[in-house]
Amino acid sequence: MTWTDIGAVADIPLRGARRVKTAKGCIAVFRTGEEEVFATSNTCAHKQGPLAEGIVHGRKVTCPLHSWTYSLETGEAQGADEGTIATYPVKIEDGRVLLDVSALAEKAAA
Amino acid sequence: MERLVVIGAGMASGRVLEHLFEAGAPFEVTLFNAEPRGNYNRIMLSPVLSGEKAFEEIVTHDDGWYAEHGVTCRFGEKVVAIDRSRKVVVGEKGELPYDKLIIATGSAPFIIPLPGHDLPGVVAYRDLEDTNAMIAASSRPGAKAVVIGGGLLGLEAAAGLRLRGMDVTVLHLMGHLMERQLDEAAGYLLKKDLEKRGIEVLLKASTQRIEGDGKVERVVLEDGTVLDADIVCMAVGIRPAGQIGADAGLTCGKAITVDAQMRTSDPDIFAVGECVEFDGNLFGLVAPLYDQARVLAKTLLGEDDAFAMRELSTKLKVTGCDLFSAGDFADGEGREDIVFRDPARGIYKRLVIENDRLVGAVMYGDTADGNWFFGLIKDQTDIEEMRDTLIYGPAFQGGGGASADPLAAVAALPLEAEICGCNGVCKGQIVEAIGAGADTLDALRAQTKASASCGTCTGLVEQLLAVTLGDSFDAGGAKPVCGCTDLTHEDVRRLIKARELRSQPAVWQELGWKTVNGCPTCRPAINFYLLAEWPLDYQDDAQSRFVNERNHANIQKDGTYSVMPRMWGGMTTPDELLAIAAAAKKYDAAVKVTGGQRIDLLGVKKEDLPAIWADLNAAGMVSGHAYSKGLRTVKTCVGTDWCRFGTQDSTGLGIKLEKKLWGSWTPHKVKLGVSGCPRNCAEATCKDVGVVCVDSGYQIGVAGAAGMDVRETQRLVDVASEEEAIEWTAAFVQLYREHAKYLDRPYKWVDKVGLDWVKEVLSDPAERAALNERFEISQSVYRKDPWAEHASEPEAEKFQPLADLTMEPAE
Repeated sequence: MTWTDIGAVADIPLRGARRVKTAKGCIAVFRTGEEEVFATSNTCAHKQGPLAEGIVHGRKVTCPLHSWTYSLETGEAQGADEGTIATYPVKIEDGRVLLDVSALAEKAAA
Repeated sequence: MERLVVIGAGMASGRVLEHLFEAGAPFEVTLFNAEPRGNYNRIMLSPVLSGEKAFEEIVTHDDGWYAEHGVTCRFGEKVVAIDRSRKVVVGEKGELPYDKLIIATGSAPFIIPLPGHDLPGVVAYRDLEDTNAMIAASSRPGAKAVVIGGGLLGLEAAAGLRLRGMDVTVLHLMGHLMERQLDEAAGYLLKKDLEKRGIEVLLKASTQRIEGDGKVERVVLEDGTVLDADIVCMAVGIRPAGQIGADAGLTCGKAITVDAQMRTSDPDIFAVGECVEFDGNLFGLVAPLYDQARVLAKTLLGEDDAFAMRELSTKLKVTGCDLFSAGDFADGEGREDIVFRDPARGIYKRLVIENDRLVGAVMYGDTADGNWFFGLIKDQTDIEEMRDTLIYGPAFQGGGGASADPLAAVAALPLEAEICGCNGVCKGQIVEAIGAGADTLDALRAQTKASASCGTCTGLVEQLLAVTLGDSFDAGGAKPVCGCTDLTHEDVRRLIKARELRSQPAVWQELGWKTVNGCPTCRPAINFYLLAEWPLDYQDDAQSRFVNERNHANIQKDGTYSVMPRMWGGMTTPDELLAIAAAAKKYDAAVKVTGGQRIDLLGVKKEDLPAIWADLNAAGMVSGHAYSKGLRTVKTCVGTDWCRFGTQDSTGLGIKLEKKLWGSWTPHKVKLGVSGCPRNCAEATCKDVGVVCVDSGYQIGVAGAAGMDVRETQRLVDVASEEEAIEWTAAFVQLYREHAKYLDRPYKWVDKVGLDWVKEVLSDPAERAALNERFEISQSVYRKDPWAEHASEPEAEKFQPLADLTMEPAE
């Protein structure tokens, strides 16, 4: 695991998200609670909508383009839609958000 | 006898000594304490502050106890150094050799280094001195206290000061109280209870400075709010006080590092309590400190034992606030929630489940089952079998079951709560009429007029029938807002008003939402209803808005955005056009002329939005709100300015209307048109509000449409002057804002309530004036350019990626 500091928790709005640019595309980092974050691919499996712009509810996000809804925990599309987005290990330490960049390299290569 | 020296006479070291003496350990003990007294029960300072206990009652070890066990007390004396090479402790009054040494220096309150933090009258909440300073400040009648920090300690301080008769305001930086232990719903209920006992709570309150001449007099917040204060209590957290260990060269992380036997990196030096770090963990609650004390005593006695982390639970020691939190309810993946709310009794319970095990619980209002849930968490009991009834507690296991009552919200309304706003009918009158035999909706309408006008409260009236008559009434199939609630949009709107619900957590809790924080269907609707009802109190929530309204631009299919500046009444200037052209070139945008008489710039990247807005702002242009459920455009023709047929200044009226209405949020988008003569070149007769000018004045039509449905406007009124045209239009828009269901365009809403009802309301001059006044109050908040706000820091930064890792080496 290679934990990389990507910013302060406070920089992500509660029930909102921010993008992180990587060489393999954008990752969305969601803040579902005061002290709870998740990271997934920013790209909807349907028509590539930017998931960081979706409405965050519970531990789910709804894509802003056509309302596909994903579990942030598993990356699986909910309801009738079928598709999966990559999820990445992310954690909070001392108010900072840490992303595991090694997982990023593995998933992108896979 | 071995010489044991202890630095710090707190609850942890006190417990170590008790264990040692109980076991008859052969130590000659010397106890240093910086405070001029021995060990007392620090967590009972709250009842001392509130006056429920005297200090003497919370002393754990008195002089007699120390004498009995032969402890040499050096109280009021600080230890300044440890010399490990000579094995001596250096106190302020001299050195002392040791064979074994325990560091138990505890923690220090964290003081935010604000301007004025060192003024007399600014205290922490840590020891008896702080407590006595607060008690002294409360002795003056009418004295005011400000508590900075809405965590466990701050709230206990606030409650104690309030019981002493002070005016107390709690400032909390986060969006809800005790955010480490509670989620939003429980935090909302806690705030409500504290407010009931007279404590004012300000959330998202950032303190800028503390002011006073020689002593504290007031606190100033970042937003300019000024609070008078005779005392300021800073309770924002603690940090380990292990510096003496670090100075002596012991291995330290955030505190003094110990192993599972509480031994530091020096085999003869031990540490215990809040000054230690074990396996990366710090400590603040008493239960693990007592575990550590037991282990350390065993280690000193040469027996085997090991300290291990365990689950913790929290209860707030404020009388009447029934609150329980245990385990880990906020962090981690693969978890599910079970939520139970009973709005009538102010109860909220949330369980967090992972792999068929309970991992966290938050409860408010009814914590009777707290210890049972805590047991399930600690024992990691498999709860798969009882999952469905788990939230009802141990009493329900083995049969039975209950469900939240969908009628609870209505049942909880007080009798004086207004149900029907049109006719001023309150719950009491309706219940009385039902009691007198009005057992159908029609009968009730006939007798009380409730729901007999616009009809939006029909759902509530039906629910009152159901509550009062029980099973004998069938409410019919009104459609709920979404899966989070059984209430309809109309019900929710009425209840927000009747119960004065001013935040989303308040709506979720008081109306019994079935989810933790709503869904993409209800969140934008509730956000609108709240800002429409309480424009001055409610803070618009960007995270409850669809992407376009959050980013103030329209998202396109490729994730880029379109940017459209406002052109008042469709008029522009050569300078504006030059600025638009320059921006289009600079940001590589496609240019499109729209149907609403303005120019759209398409294909702008999100990162560029603040910059393009700044450029357009610099040329005097503001947001066109082409993305909002709000006023879009006012389309006009050239009217008497140029047209040989024009009867009135249609362009001028269009501009005046646009300047009055812009920025306002509405249930759905609103488009206006003003035509200068009945030839209707501005196509005003298919707009939400369309004005057609004639020789004698202005014909105002409403409820037109030219989208999925095409509708011609219906005539609302003919007026003689421009002022009247503006007054009627604003009154109509405000009536729509106050009554329509979210996402109903005006024509759909008018279909439901009937044009006759709209005419009847608006024909009353007093009603029109009141609607205009409420509209202007709302506009005092919302008539502003969102681009200007988001083009400058700190908002502009939020449009950039949080981090750019593209330069990170690939593995």
